[in-house]
Amino acid sequence: MQLALFIIFGLLAVAGAINFLLQRHPINSALSLVVVMMSLAVLYWSLGAEFLAAAQVIVYSGAVMVLFVFVVMLLNAGKEERTHGSRAAYLAGIPGAAAIFCLLSFIFLSNGRAFGSTDLTNHLTNSVNNIAEISRVLFRDLLLPFEVTSVLILVAILGAVVLARKEQ
Amino acid sequence: MTVPISYYLVLAAVLFSIGVASFLIKRNIITIFMSIELMLNAVNLTFVAFAHMWHQITGQIFVFFVMVVAAAEAAVGLAIIIAIFRTRQTLNVDQVNLLKN
Amino acid sequence: MPASYLWLIPLLPFAGFLINGTLGRRLPRPLVSAVALVPTFLSACLWIWLWFTMRAPGAPESIQSVATLFGNSWISISGFHADFAFTVDHLTLIMLGVVTCVGFLIHLYSVGYMAHEDGYWRFFAYLNLFMFFMLVLVLSANFLLLFVGWEGVGLASYLLIGFYFKKDSAANAGKKAFIVNRIGDFGFLLAMFLLIAHFGTLDFATIFSSVAQHPEWQGGFLTAIALLLVVGAAGKSAQIPLYVWLPDAMEGPTPVSALIHAATMVTAGIYMVSRAHSIFDRSPYALGVVAIIGAATALIAACIGMVQHDIKRVLAYSTVSQLGYMFLACGVGAYAAGVFHLLTHAFFKALLFLAAGSVIHALSGEQDMRNMGGLRKRIPITFWTMTMGVFAIAGIPPLAGFFSKDEILFRAFVSPNPIGKLLWLVGLVTAGMTSFYMFRLWFKTFFGEMRFDEHHAAEHAHDAGHDSGQAHDGHGVHESPLVMTLPLMILALLSIVGGWVGVPAALGGHNEIEHFLAPVFESGHAVATLEMIPSPLPGVSHGTELGLAAVSVLVALFGLFVAYVLYYKKPGTAASFAQKFPALYRLVENKFYVDEIYQAVIVTPLLVVSRLILGGLVDGGIVNGSGFAAGASARGLGSLVRRVQSGNIRSYAGWLALGAAAVIAVMIFGHSLWLH
Repeated sequence: MQLALFIIFGLLAVAGAINFLLQRHPINSALSLVVVMMSLAVLYWSLGAEFLAAAQVIVYSGAVMVLFVFVVMLLNAGKEERTHGSRAAYLAGIPGAAAIFCLLSFIFLSNGRAFGSTDLTNHLTNSVNNIAEISRVLFRDLLLPFEVTSVLILVAILGAVVLARKEQ
Repeated sequence: MTVPISYYLVLAAVLFSIGVASFLIKRNIITIFMSIELMLNAVNLTFVAFAHMWHQITGQIFVFFVMVVAAAEAAVGLAIIIAIFRTRQTLNVDQVNLLKN
Repeated sequence: MPASYLWLIPLLPFAGFLINGTLGRRLPRPLVSAVALVPTFLSACLWIWLWFTMRAPGAPESIQSVATLFGNSWISISGFHADFAFTVDHLTLIMLGVVTCVGFLIHLYSVGYMAHEDGYWRFFAYLNLFMFFMLVLVLSANFLLLFVGWEGVGLASYLLIGFYFKKDSAANAGKKAFIVNRIGDFGFLLAMFLLIAHFGTLDFATIFSSVAQHPEWQGGFLTAIALLLVVGAAGKSAQIPLYVWLPDAMEGPTPVSALIHAATMVTAGIYMVSRAHSIFDRSPYALGVVAIIGAATALIAACIGMVQHDIKRVLAYSTVSQLGYMFLACGVGAYAAGVFHLLTHAFFKALLFLAAGSVIHALSGEQDMRNMGGLRKRIPITFWTMTMGVFAIAGIPPLAGFFSKDEILFRAFVSPNPIGKLLWLVGLVTAGMTSFYMFRLWFKTFFGEMRFDEHHAAEHAHDAGHDSGQAHDGHGVHESPLVMTLPLMILALLSIVGGWVGVPAALGGHNEIEHFLAPVFESGHAVATLEMIPSPLPGVSHGTELGLAAVSVLVALFGLFVAYVLYYKKPGTAASFAQKFPALYRLVENKFYVDEIYQAVIVTPLLVVSRLILGGLVDGGIVNGSGFAAGASARGLGSLVRRVQSGNIRSYAGWLALGAAAVIAVMIFGHSLWLH
């Protein structure tokens, strides 16, 4: 059952990502990315991170991606032109990306046995309360970073307002 | 049926490399920015997977903070893009090369 | 006197140097003079005290004093040890007396002589510095500290010769002196290295007692050491082939010539040879070399001195010649006689130089004897004191020079050395020439008609640029002030009586100086070959000695007579003589072209090698080349790397991806390579 869940939504995520790559209009890419994020939310859920799944939907796909879509529409971005500004990007970058993929998958697969498997028994029997644990850490041990992040967001808001303002 | 954790990790690796590839291939600034978000998401998946593997909540906390910072960064970055668009009237990253030499 | 006070003797003048050197520019002249004179005077007083300490009955033969810095000796590494150590024996006493007393008199004289010079403070600072180094040289108890003093006096000599540094000739003379000395010092250094190699130390006491305990050590490495020491001594004491700096050194102020190039620095070589006599005694070969060099130098320098026109040059060559005598004495093993001559020479040569300075001062800077004459009545004190000096150096009894020079000639004659008689003959001929040229100088300067144009010279007083840029316009010829004539008188007195400490038994004396120095020169003689060693000579009668003395006196008087005839009775004779042998005359007048030969054979090839090969090839090609190559490669590399800065974000991204892959790879596979 979990495996099926994983396969479906995993494939969905990958398909969304590849679509993101192949689409020429930015709005299509944005919407593909939303699909990816939604499927990732399901995957978080299947890993026992309910809170994060909810946060992913609300914050990431519900706020950040909407912001992206707004900007795309604001700037009236059209289809991408096919300019070739840099050869280094292809010559050095693609092998780099391939290398990263190969290395990472190599290391993950070769240690696959050591990693074990998912185990949601605790979550399903409610003996582990994800929200309680998260809040325990956030509001007790890491209270200061938590408050600091709120300041960070405030600063980001101000910065965005200032930067995007029309010049007078 | 339980799923081996390594599958999640490989999935994350796939998403990450697709993010890197699109970062290199795409020419629209906004799309490039979105590929960064894709990469961040892949990393988040890795964190959550490991948090589950070791039964520690720290990974998820980290994901929380990553999300916050990514949101802030997206906001500021898009504001900058808007500012650049106003002056350069283009979203093609190849034409934003004032730093040349 | 407590042994620790020994250190005051050199340190007092050093303090004077420091004060005058740093503050002297701002101090008034009387204060500068006081700062310079007081330490020298105190050192002289300390010497007197030391004398009485060591002459008291029951006094030790030598006093030592070792200084340490907070308990650490000077050099102490495995296998080699050197201390700041002073030692005083009878030889040191004599040298100390010469340096401090004659030095003090010359300081006094300089107060008057340099009164009108700029850089007055500088002169006295350098003079005190010289005193410090010379005293260190004389007092030191090992070769290394002696070398420190050796180099230091060379430095002071350079500074003082080039005192009028704005004059090219003076600056060049200073450089020449220093460089030629350096050549000698190279030999000295090699000798020290050999000493360390064979004895493991440079301490006098250790080395000499070690030599004494091994009578089987003859020649071989001791000859090598001795010959290298001779090279050093030849440089410092202006012997062939390294004498060329001394005549040029007359560019310095006259008191400098008197102190450094007559009485003290040049005698350092003689002192060093005497000090190391144990080593020399074991090497008849080296002693022979010393004797031959000494005799040859004496002869050739006297030849050149006979035809010089500059009064100071005559005295300079005379110094070289007399130093040759001292070398000759050491070469025949008569070290005490050599030191005796050193003593008397210090008196009359310093006197002669100072008196010459007084003459030059009186004539507002004129040094050419062809422009002098008839000064006898004008500058009487200078005249009479210089007369004493001239008679002393000519070897007329009972003045000082007679006894010391005669002792040397006698020892050369009776020396077992096969060429002893030849050396004696050379010495005799040189004595005749010495007498001749000194009386030539005497007659040309003081007698006859006055060729000096007082009024003409007064105008030129400032342009002379000579060592007395006097502002004496319109004074005319005048006697020097008391501060200058007092030292002259004292030295004249010493020139008269100075020889009486060495009156030989043949003439009814007791030869005190020989006995005084006996403990120094006879200690530790265990020699298989007695050829070179002096002892109160057995089997030589007083008759021989008296005979030889009489011959010397006759030769000296002959020189006087010839000079009288050529320069007083018939003044033109010398010139016509010169015209009859023009080539020979020119040869001698130009110092046998030795300087020119050195220039062509040594200096010019050296310059060529330096400029073309070392300067061009090595410096220009290799050193510069590698510098340029480094720069060019940096630039090339830079222009390559510059392409990365394209301003294009996507290329940056590409490199980023590649870099990230590399980092991940390193993290994965590099784990085994280092310990985390």
